[in-house]
Amino acid sequence: MTEVTVVDVIGYIVIFVGVVFDLLGAIGLVRFPDVYNRLQSATKSVTLGTFGIMIGILIVAGFTPLGIKALICGVFLLLTAPVSAHALSRGSLRFGAKMWKGTVIDAYGKDKLGGPQIESEEGETKENKEAEDEVA
Amino acid sequence: MSVLWISILIILGVAAFLCLFRIFRGPTIADRMVGVDIMGILFVGITAITGILYNLSFLVDIAIALALISFVGTLALAKYLERRTLDD
Repeated sequence: MTEVTVVDVIGYIVIFVGVVFDLLGAIGLVRFPDVYNRLQSATKSVTLGTFGIMIGILIVAGFTPLGIKALICGVFLLLTAPVSAHALSRGSLRFGAKMWKGTVIDAYGKDKLGGPQIESEEGETKENKEAEDEVA
Repeated sequence: MSVLWISILIILGVAAFLCLFRIFRGPTIADRMVGVDIMGILFVGITAITGILYNLSFLVDIAIALALISFVGTLALAKYLERRTLDD
């Protein structure tokens, strides 16, 4: 394993891009103010990052058993991670987790839960409601 | 080449520690569930990278099983959060 071919270098670049996406998703999980913002950041970028890692492993390892299993694992992850994120966001909205106070509109809460689930703060509630009425 | 794989593993470990911070500090229970879900997906990546580092192909099998268990567990937690029973 002393010589490094061009295909290996392409695989390393794809894996590195995936790892950077993973790290940025985890930083967004810490920094964002709200459950839904955190779910948005973390789920999308971490799914793409791990899929990139699997594709990079396929490129580096070639069509060996390790590479084919990595491809299967990546496709499975790409299919199931959005489903679990959607179930989690719907469950937390039904549970009563409030949205961030700068949120403009919440159509699902207005229709199904009897009012928008936006965190209220003095002085900004009226502006939010006016903006929401304009959008609606 | 093993320096590159180990630095990748260190970066993924830092990301998993950030998820652990969110699990400890989350204001509501939904934040903790998001942290657990994301940490499961990160562990799938860590296991696959370890598999190609030591050239062991069965570690990727373990990664597939880990992804499946993480998916089913997150769905069950979301059902619990929504206050519904499992046969609904």
